Amino acid sequence: MSEDKKNQVSRRQFLNYTLTGVGGFMAAGMLAPMVRFAIDPVLQPEAEGEFVSADIAVEDITTEPQKVTFKVDQVDAWYESTVEKTAFVYKKEDGSIVAFDPTCTHLGCVVGWNTNDDYPQHFYCPCHDGLYTKDGVNVPNTPPTAPLSVYEHKIQNGILYLGKAIPREEA
Amino acid sequence: MLQKIYDWIDERVDITPIWRDIADHEVPEHVNPAHHFSAFVYCFGGLTFFVTVIQILSGMFLTMYYVPDIENAWNSVFYLQQEVAHGQIVRGMHHWGASVVIVMLFLHTLRVFFQGAYKKPRELNWIVGVLLFFVMLALGLTGYLLPWDNKALFATEVTLQIAESVPFIGEDLKILLAGDPDIVGAQTLTRFFAIHVFFLPAALFVLMAIHFIMIRRQGISGPL
Repeated sequence: MSEDKKNQVSRRQFLNYTLTGVGGFMAAGMLAPMVRFAIDPVLQPEAEGEFVSADIAVEDITTEPQKVTFKVDQVDAWYESTVEKTAFVYKKEDGSIVAFDPTCTHLGCVVGWNTNDDYPQHFYCPCHDGLYTKDGVNVPNTPPTAPLSVYEHKIQNGILYLGKAIPREEA
Repeated sequence: MLQKIYDWIDERVDITPIWRDIADHEVPEHVNPAHHFSAFVYCFGGLTFFVTVIQILSGMFLTMYYVPDIENAWNSVFYLQQEVAHGQIVRGMHHWGASVVIVMLFLHTLRVFFQGAYKKPRELNWIVGVLLFFVMLALGLTGYLLPWDNKALFATEVTLQIAESVPFIGEDLKILLAGDPDIVGAQTLTRFFAIHVFFLPAALFVLMAIHFIMIRRQGISGPL
């Protein structure tokens, strides 16, 4: 009998356990929806990369990078808008097409091609003198730490279509 | 008349000990600028609190006009500043106070540091103070976006890039703050508003209460 008593739960302990349990359950019932509500954006599946026309015919693309602007329909929760994007498009030696996102990988300014006379045949960022070679790779000892992002692209009926800009690893 | 009202209440709920606990306490000579002018360094904590109160009040009044929506946020700030009587003053108080409070916090921290006032038994209060500093920086950071002008937008893009650079959880942390993987927009603004106006002030109040209760329990550190 006395041995049994050792393992017995006292009335006070029992009440402590049940009240803590019920209280914890109620607190969790309150918090769970709120936390799930707050982290919803993190758990959203990644949006499918849709391709939009860059409004340039493949035959017009030369080996010299040219700036094209195109419009993307953007849905920002309850706010839908059309956003203008730009890309630098050119043909490589082997005839394949490259489209760079001109957003500087340093702090997000817009780079230009051949815009600085001191650095011909380079992408140049006017904000902090960031430099990229023609293949979009950042020049060492300039502020950018990664090459320019590359747009996914495909060709339909001789027209260039661009998708998401894919960041590239540090060179 | 007022005395009668006070007595009537005091007789029933005995409030005298409550306000005595809060307001009636000794200020040692070495922290009183009237005795030693150099003791003004002890004022920085109180000044921080004072500016914080200004921030809370002016912020409360700003929300009477401010709208956290990308279409209207900038316009509502422009309106309250240009059209509403004294709007420029109220927004100015909040704008400049945000900087002044950081300066005061910093001076207070320097005083505590150089006087060694953080030493035993006040280590916990130093830790709480550092947490308060972080909360205050976060308030400044989230408030910066709310006018929704170019400066705010690009500062926030940089902020989000900093959050993104955190190892392993950076990407999720950024989305949690911005509300969207790519866009700094409608959801970013509402999130920053909620954090600025509800979450961080709640944390601030709790930490300030702990900070002050600990000061009262431990007293001000002795003279150098």
